[in-house]
Amino acid sequence: MLAHSLFFYFFSTIAVFSATMVIVSRNTVYSVFFLILVFITISILFIMIGAEFLGMIMLIVYVGAVSVLFLFVVMMLNITEQIKSKFKRKNLIKNISVGSIVGIIIFSELLVVIGGWKYKGTFFPLSNKGTNLDLTNTHALGNILYTEYIHLFQISGMILLIAMIGAITLTFSKRDNVKRQNYFNQIQREKTSSVSLIEVESGKGIKLDD
Amino acid sequence: MIEIGLGHYLTLGAIIFTIGVVGIFLNRKNVIIILMSIELMLLAVNINLVSFSIYLQDLVGQVFTMFILTVAAAEAAVGLAIIVIYYKNKGSINVEQISSLKG
Repeated sequence: MLAHSLFFYFFSTIAVFSATMVIVSRNTVYSVFFLILVFITISILFIMIGAEFLGMIMLIVYVGAVSVLFLFVVMMLNITEQIKSKFKRKNLIKNISVGSIVGIIIFSELLVVIGGWKYKGTFFPLSNKGTNLDLTNTHALGNILYTEYIHLFQISGMILLIAMIGAITLTFSKRDNVKRQNYFNQIQREKTSSVSLIEVESGKGIKLDD
Repeated sequence: MIEIGLGHYLTLGAIIFTIGVVGIFLNRKNVIIILMSIELMLLAVNINLVSFSIYLQDLVGQVFTMFILTVAAAEAAVGLAIIVIYYKNKGSINVEQISSLKG
């Protein structure tokens, strides 16, 4: 129990510190690295309290895909110099004051809710998808994900597909100097449009365009 | 204090959520950091769901967390694509300059 609390305080301190560094860091690349650190520590906490599958999925999805996507975009856009040059001091102070007021209000509200909350078992019944101690977390999760929640699972796959199509169509740009295949034009090509007979005078050349 | 219960995890989630909210107000010069703040808020929600799921011995919270993860990944992909084409058109991602739709 002591080890649990020590680990909890250690990792949650790291998580809070690096979450703070994400928003105050001047360099965007450092922010992305601190975001990766937040995700790693939170996934360690998940593994520690017994949600191993979600912890590992978090590592794969967030650290492996999302953060690398952020890093890629940051490196592609080259924004660090531009931000420093157009930095205004006056607006920053205004933003800090408004942000801290809103933050304090939201945090105190959340603390009131957490402090006054008490679980009442009879209020709303559980879904009796209890954690079976014989199965591992991954096994138990798969048992209900692929039976009870199969439609939601497939819909989330559709969401990913739509996001992929959307991202591709948004960033896709047609370039002029690239030769592409166009099946319709290739099949519809006829003799009249592609072959022409030219009388060439002897001694003179002839110029064909392209 | 030494006994770690549900309240500790909920407080951690509340702190990270608040940091995400403050980050949106603080960074008026970079859209990418605003997207990262949104990711932090989603992470805080995930912490709450998983800790309740462990506390109540009910796996549905973890299933829901997986769907939130999916939506977060899709949102990050589409948001970053929008940022890329915006940068291609305007040459800047400063939030204070994004005011084309202002009446």
